[in-house]
Amino acid sequence: MSELGFEDRERFEQLVLPHVDAAFNFARWLLRGRTDAEDVAQEALLRAYRFFRGFHGGDARAWLLQIVRNACYTWLEKNRPMELNMEFDEELHLQTCATPETLAIVGDDRKRLTLALETLPPRFREVLVLRELEGCSYREIAAITSIPIGTVMSSLSRARRQLYSALANPSQGVCP
Amino acid sequence: MRCNFADSLLQAYFDGELSGRRATEFERHLRRCAHCATELVDLDLLRDSLQLAPLYQPAPASLRRKISAPLHATTPTTVASEPRLWHWLGAVAALLFVAIVLGRVGDGLHSDDYQADLAGEIVDSHVRSLQPGHITGIASSNERDIKEWLDGRARFAVPVHDFANNGFPLKGGRLDVIEGHAIAVLVYERNGRPINVFVWPSQEQDSPPRTGSRQSFQWVDWRKGKMEFCAVSDADPVDLKQLQQLMNSSA
Repeated sequence: MSELGFEDRERFEQLVLPHVDAAFNFARWLLRGRTDAEDVAQEALLRAYRFFRGFHGGDARAWLLQIVRNACYTWLEKNRPMELNMEFDEELHLQTCATPETLAIVGDDRKRLTLALETLPPRFREVLVLRELEGCSYREIAAITSIPIGTVMSSLSRARRQLYSALANPSQGVCP
Repeated sequence: MRCNFADSLLQAYFDGELSGRRATEFERHLRRCAHCATELVDLDLLRDSLQLAPLYQPAPASLRRKISAPLHATTPTTVASEPRLWHWLGAVAALLFVAIVLGRVGDGLHSDDYQADLAGEIVDSHVRSLQPGHITGIASSNERDIKEWLDGRARFAVPVHDFANNGFPLKGGRLDVIEGHAIAVLVYERNGRPINVFVWPSQEQDSPPRTGSRQSFQWVDWRKGKMEFCAVSDADPVDLKQLQQLMNSSA
C-alpha cells in the first residue's frame, strides 16, 4: 500500500476510513457471515485504497460501498453461485403473509429478524440493509447498486413485503 | 381492502423521498385511506424492530488493524491529521459520556437491570470509539451542512447553532448510539479545548441546568423544547455554563 503519496493517504484516512463500519456491515449482510465479510471487506478497502486516485470527491461512503458490493458479488459468484439466482416465491409467501401487528414482537427479536433478513435474495436484502441499517437515500442506493431509482423503489417495496412474510413464516426460508 | 395507491409511492413517502407536492397529495389521500394509514404504521414498526434489534454490525477490531497498519507504516508521526483529531475527540467524548451516565446511574435514578444495560452500552460505545476509523462524523463549521448530516442519520431534528461570535466555534457533529437510540453529538471548541454536546429527544418537561463533575470532566444537562442536552468538557466550568446559556436561548 505504498502507491499513494502522503497527502492522498491523509485524504483516504479522512474520507474513506470513517466508513469501515458501513463496509463491514454491508458485507456481513450480503455474505451472511462475519468471517467471510471481514476478508471481503478488507479486500475491498485495499482495492479502494489502490484506486483512490480515481475518486474525485462526492459521496465517499457510496463510492466505498459500491466497491464492497462488487467484491461481495464476485465472492458469491465464485463460492455460492446458486444464491445469486435465488428467487423468492412471492405467491406462496404472500398468501400467508401476516401484518407486523399480528407478529408478536417478543422473544429474541434480533435472532428472528436476522434469520428473516437472511432468507431474502441478496438483491432485496441489500436494498433493505442500505435503507434501514445504513440510512441511505434512494439516490445513494441507486449509486451503490448501479440500478435506476425506480428499480430501487420497487425492490425496496418488494423486499419489505418479503421480510414481513419471512417473519410470518420463519420455517419457509429459501436459502440453501 | 387494498388501496390502489402504488405501494412503492407509499414507501417513498415513508422514506421521505416524495417531493413536496406529491407528499402533500399523498397526505390528502392518507386522511381518507385506512389501508395506507395502517401500512405506514406497519412500515414504522418494521423499521423500529430492525433498528432496535440491533442488526447493525460494526467492523471488528481485527479488520481495523489490518487496514490501518499498512496505512500508518510510512506515515510521518509529526503531522497531526484530521482523522486522528476526530479519533481523539471521539474517544474523549465517549469517555466523558461514560463518566456522566455512570454518574447518573449512581444517583439511583434507574433500576438495576437498566443500569447494567446502560453501562454495557456505553462501555461498548467507548470501546468502539477507541478503534481507529470509528468516528463517522462531519468536520465542518457550517450549521446547515452539519444539520443536514445529523438530521438524515439521527431521525430527529437536531438544533445546530454556531457560536463562533461568542467564542464557541462549531467544529462538527457525530452520531453515537446509546441504548439502541441515536444520539447526536455537536462538537464545539473553546480556547482549543473540545466541548461535546450530546442531544437527544425527550418526552419530559423543560428543566433548568444541572451541573456536576466526574473525574476531571464537567457536565451540564438541561431540557428544552422536548430535547435533552448534555454538554461535557474539561474546559472551565464558567465556559460550559456560558455555552449552555447560548444554546438554551437559541433552542
